[in-house]
Amino acid sequence: MEVTVRIKRYDPEKDGEPWWGEYKVEVDETDRVLDALHYIKWYQDGTLTFRRSCGHGICGSDAMRINGYNRLACKVLIRDVAPVITVEPLLGLPVIKDLVVDMEPFFAHYRAVMPWLINDEPPPPRERLQSPEERELFDDTTKCILCAACTTSCPAFWLRGEYVGPAAIVQAHRFIFDSRDRGAVQRLEILNAPDGVWRCRTIFNCTNACPREIEITKAIAEVKKALIFSRL
Amino acid sequence: MAYFQYDCIVVGAGGAGLMAALYASRSASTAVLSKLYPTRSHTGAAQGGIGAALGNVEEDHWEWHMYDTIKGSDYLGDQDAIEVLCREAIDVVIELEHMGLPFDRTPEGKIAQRNFGGHTRNYGEAPVKRACHAADRTGHMILQTLYQQCIKNHVTFFDEFQVLDLIVEDGVCKGCIAYEIATGEIHTFHAKAVMLATGGWGKCWSVTSNAFTLTGDGAAICLRNGIPLEDMEFYQFHPTGIYKLGILITEGVRGEGGVLRNNLGERFMERYAPTLKDLASRDVVSRAIYLEIREGRGIDGKEYVHLDATHLGREVIEKKLPEIADFVRTYLGLDPVTQPMPVQPTAHYAMGGIPTDVDARVIVDAQNTPVYGLYAAGEVACVSVHGANRLGTNSLVDLVVFGRRGGRHMAAFANEIDLQPIQDRDREKRVRDQLERLLSGTGKEKVATLRKEMQKIMMDNVSVFRTGEGLQEAVDKLRELKERYQHISVEDKGKQFNQDLMEAVELGNLLDIAEATALSALNRTESRGAHSREDYPERDDKNWLKHTLIRRQEDGSYCFDYKPVVITKFQPAERKY
Repeated sequence: MEVTVRIKRYDPEKDGEPWWGEYKVEVDETDRVLDALHYIKWYQDGTLTFRRSCGHGICGSDAMRINGYNRLACKVLIRDVAPVITVEPLLGLPVIKDLVVDMEPFFAHYRAVMPWLINDEPPPPRERLQSPEERELFDDTTKCILCAACTTSCPAFWLRGEYVGPAAIVQAHRFIFDSRDRGAVQRLEILNAPDGVWRCRTIFNCTNACPREIEITKAIAEVKKALIFSRL
Repeated sequence: MAYFQYDCIVVGAGGAGLMAALYASRSASTAVLSKLYPTRSHTGAAQGGIGAALGNVEEDHWEWHMYDTIKGSDYLGDQDAIEVLCREAIDVVIELEHMGLPFDRTPEGKIAQRNFGGHTRNYGEAPVKRACHAADRTGHMILQTLYQQCIKNHVTFFDEFQVLDLIVEDGVCKGCIAYEIATGEIHTFHAKAVMLATGGWGKCWSVTSNAFTLTGDGAAICLRNGIPLEDMEFYQFHPTGIYKLGILITEGVRGEGGVLRNNLGERFMERYAPTLKDLASRDVVSRAIYLEIREGRGIDGKEYVHLDATHLGREVIEKKLPEIADFVRTYLGLDPVTQPMPVQPTAHYAMGGIPTDVDARVIVDAQNTPVYGLYAAGEVACVSVHGANRLGTNSLVDLVVFGRRGGRHMAAFANEIDLQPIQDRDREKRVRDQLERLLSGTGKEKVATLRKEMQKIMMDNVSVFRTGEGLQEAVDKLRELKERYQHISVEDKGKQFNQDLMEAVELGNLLDIAEATALSALNRTESRGAHSREDYPERDDKNWLKHTLIRRQEDGSYCFDYKPVVITKFQPAERKY
């Protein structure tokens, strides 16, 4: 089937302003949007630029706005977005070229929540024990691939880039609720700051955007709840 | 253009690179150069588990793991290295858990383990639960955990830097030349030690489980620097890739009880491997699928068979195999709880690569002569622990065990020696000139067209079954493609984020690797592990119980050399599953 792909283009070396490129592509309805982008790049316009790697939704490289929603280009099938597919870079991060955005502000927020296991107790000779029930408490948030689809779909983040954003809170959640971790107090303090978790207005855009189907708004609520109860 | 100086440089940020960086950075200044953001690395796509004889679920011993790995390798793996792999697997898995890796748990709270192909109890008796897992996203968890630890320990990262050449002078590696993708600038990284951990080269083939970025960069750079590559003819086709797409469906599906069926609904693995059946090693299962298809028992006469997990029940699939359930639903619109999955063998993993010793030092000949300061670990390296066929879960073990050993060794090495001056000052300029030539090329050839032709000939002639005639045809075709590569042009002439140019560079690497693979396969006139020659169907220990070293000479021709297999505990025997 033939589809029309409209892509927001911008080359800092050539363009003063972004512009819309329009491409007609012959694809199968079960192809991925990524396949259409590749087809354009490989056979129509080699200057089209986007990140991609694994091609099946696990590396998080190709998050972009597809028909107005943040999606991974490799996890959206043509049949679900045809016949006219509009593709733009993620909102809220500086555009470097075409669909490539500067991820550094995003990763700075990630690093700010201390996303590593904190536990200074000497480890046992074998594994630390953890029951399946304890493991289950943070299972959902271990799925995060840091694609930024959630954070860049959040109006609170668009409004204020200093807000840590949903992805960083997901990362914090993954450790706060891990029975082996001892850093919950430090992380909760970071998230209690003005640009922490309270900027979330429960809009659910993040949950809708997550290609990993993490219940992000719920995770954020659990962090908020932990903050409220830890202060009592 | 800038000049950077570190004790240790690690190229690549997957499991091996991050583990090495973590260890090296403890005692030496260390930087990681990666063409991707580290969390995009393909270690994250590994699904089923990491093998270690923890014995958490049932009795197990590292000696059993060692035996399985040797038998899996079709007796081509070096047994001293395999012993290191299997002994240290236990300790390294515990270390990962201490770092925070969220393994699934047994009811007692220990790391959960499941069955995987080729892993057995008591030297082949029956399957054993050895694969430590975190649902079917074990690789994702390893990658995330190691990256977290690197952030915690302030490891320096140069993200989106493509390494284009090594600086090797008089048998000493002194650094590398890298291209900064964001700016188009070329930089020299001067160092006492460099580790290549750049991963594999699945993109040589049209149907592959590999990422678009797995283009054999590190191995190709070695080849061009006169460093040999070992056992390139041994490339693994994973039996269960999603039909046409090649996306991996973990062996964990069969570990949990899934079975392969042909168009008659028959569980055909019972005929090919009476004891282990669907859990035979990957080369055996991939060949069986090809034979079923060839004999007309593919589903609907097409080139695929069914992987049937419908009897496992919703609970097992949703809890233990959620990722592959998502893939199948997303890409095929099928529900694995009620419908079988269409699968075909998919190009998956390079057993061969840059020859190293057990400390990840790159060696160049049968006498184990090292290139001082040069290291390699992970899929790009050949220790050799996988020999002619790798067992499932052993790649993740390989990454962390030899990444760790290499990281330790390179830091100790760096702390012992002074920084060696770089003699050849024109090296950076030569790399820049090469890129300029690609950028200014006005030829008619397109990167995408050449790549597609390469992938087709590799898939047709250098995959599961091979013949001398087909391999020669592939070699001829690859030479034609290399000639045409001299006449490519790239459309994007810009400096910033020029991926058009990067794809051209990557194609150059792929063509070199494909050629080395086809030549090595043509040269080995026997069948062993993943290398199955229809014109030489038997294993020939008398003539071929040895490793291949292929080396490119200055005039562009190739020569072969050989290295003996290290045999310690287990003598070669007939291989049956």
